[in-house]
Amino acid sequence: MSGKLRIRVDQDKCQGHARCKSLAPELFNLDEFGNAHEIGDGVVPDGLEDKAWLAQSNCPEIAIEVTEE
Amino acid sequence: MSDSASVMPEHPPVTDWVHDFDHTDPRWTENPFPIWAELRAECPVVHTKRFLGCYLPTTYQAVKEIAYDTEHFSSRRVIVRDVRPETTGTAPPITSDPPAHKPAKQLLLPPFTPDAMKKLEPRVRAICNELIDEFIADGKCDAAARYTKHIPVRAIAHMLGIPEKDGDLFIKWIHGILELGIRDNDALMNAVREMTEYFAGHIEQRKRHPTDDLISTLMHAKDKDGVPLSDDHVQGSLRLLLIAGIDTTWSGIGSSLWHLAKTPADRERLVAEPALMPTAIEEFLRAYSPVTMAREVMKETTISGCPVKPGNMVLLSFPAANRDPSMFPDADKVMIDRKENRHAAFGLGIHRCVGSNLARMEMTVAIEEWLKRIPDFRLDPAGRVAWSEGTVRGPRRLPLLWGRA
Repeated sequence: MSGKLRIRVDQDKCQGHARCKSLAPELFNLDEFGNAHEIGDGVVPDGLEDKAWLAQSNCPEIAIEVTEE
Repeated sequence: MSDSASVMPEHPPVTDWVHDFDHTDPRWTENPFPIWAELRAECPVVHTKRFLGCYLPTTYQAVKEIAYDTEHFSSRRVIVRDVRPETTGTAPPITSDPPAHKPAKQLLLPPFTPDAMKKLEPRVRAICNELIDEFIADGKCDAAARYTKHIPVRAIAHMLGIPEKDGDLFIKWIHGILELGIRDNDALMNAVREMTEYFAGHIEQRKRHPTDDLISTLMHAKDKDGVPLSDDHVQGSLRLLLIAGIDTTWSGIGSSLWHLAKTPADRERLVAEPALMPTAIEEFLRAYSPVTMAREVMKETTISGCPVKPGNMVLLSFPAANRDPSMFPDADKVMIDRKENRHAAFGLGIHRCVGSNLARMEMTVAIEEWLKRIPDFRLDPAGRVAWSEGTVRGPRRLPLLWGRA
């Protein structure tokens, strides 16, 4: 495995579908309007990489960026 | 059906879907999927002269372009009808465009977050079981009339703080607005008037005796300048929550049950692997998306290379987008373990359905409780499944059998 993954939710694109929160609750929080935010600095803990990609590939607004560091 | 002059003539049958489509044609109502495939193969955006002129995007890409483009496409009309009277009876935020849209939507979002839905879930589970208790011993039922219809009605009534027993009234109004209203303006206006009077009574009561339900929340909401919402705005949003919260989820639960009744392998797998439920629900939402929205073209533009002109409506078919094979491999195949599924059942862009978390919770609970009590069931060969016409698609008659019946 290469470097760590980092996720970021683009706040201009997120519309609060909440698919990411449902698929990867360890990586995303929802605010009072139901819009998603990456938890902490967005670095994906070991073992949760698949969940990060799953959340990314189910977001209808393409609002989640996953980058490899 | 009213016999007044406001009733438009019956539509002639469609012979040329590409140039003359009609989403109220009985063939569309019965099985729209091959029609969309035929149109998609022809062009990403087709046009009909019916409904005073209307476009239909058939690809995911075209639907997405329109949903994101609030400059050329207005939400002030969200139902494609035979008539296009002056816009009255708005229902913010669904009928709002920027900049009015965002503040109207933000008022409604907090009561519908997933956390808020978790608090409502036990009541919905109880509703499902109360309903099943009434017919399980019969070994058969029309699940659309006895089960799927009542779950969203009672859930939204519970949230709004109005009697669950008024459900039949709500369903009558919704039928007048979403189905009869396409051709019959009086039916639509009567339904809106009765609804407005009904809610006015509940608003008056709360002025004297405040409650902590969703009606009171809206009555006490203030805009960004601290000004309370007008009665019209409160009424409009209540109309929206009632109309949008019932037919839609009734359809979603019904289509899911219909699929499971005719697909024993999926039914057995879901019973054996309950953890698959969220993925299966997303697939039912994709494959049997209930809701088609509409837009009005305000300025000339092009969509996926096709010219689009003002004066026309757009039938914004999220259901057709969700069957586009260039977006979803094997799009016409229902795969309850489909891993990648960016379906647009709840819309795309700023008008994402405000009740999506409620709808998902209701669908999940309704299917879970049904499968717990009635794991083995099938379509009743003596009956016939009937589908709703127009804007929201789902079974309105769903005869099911189980046990020895």
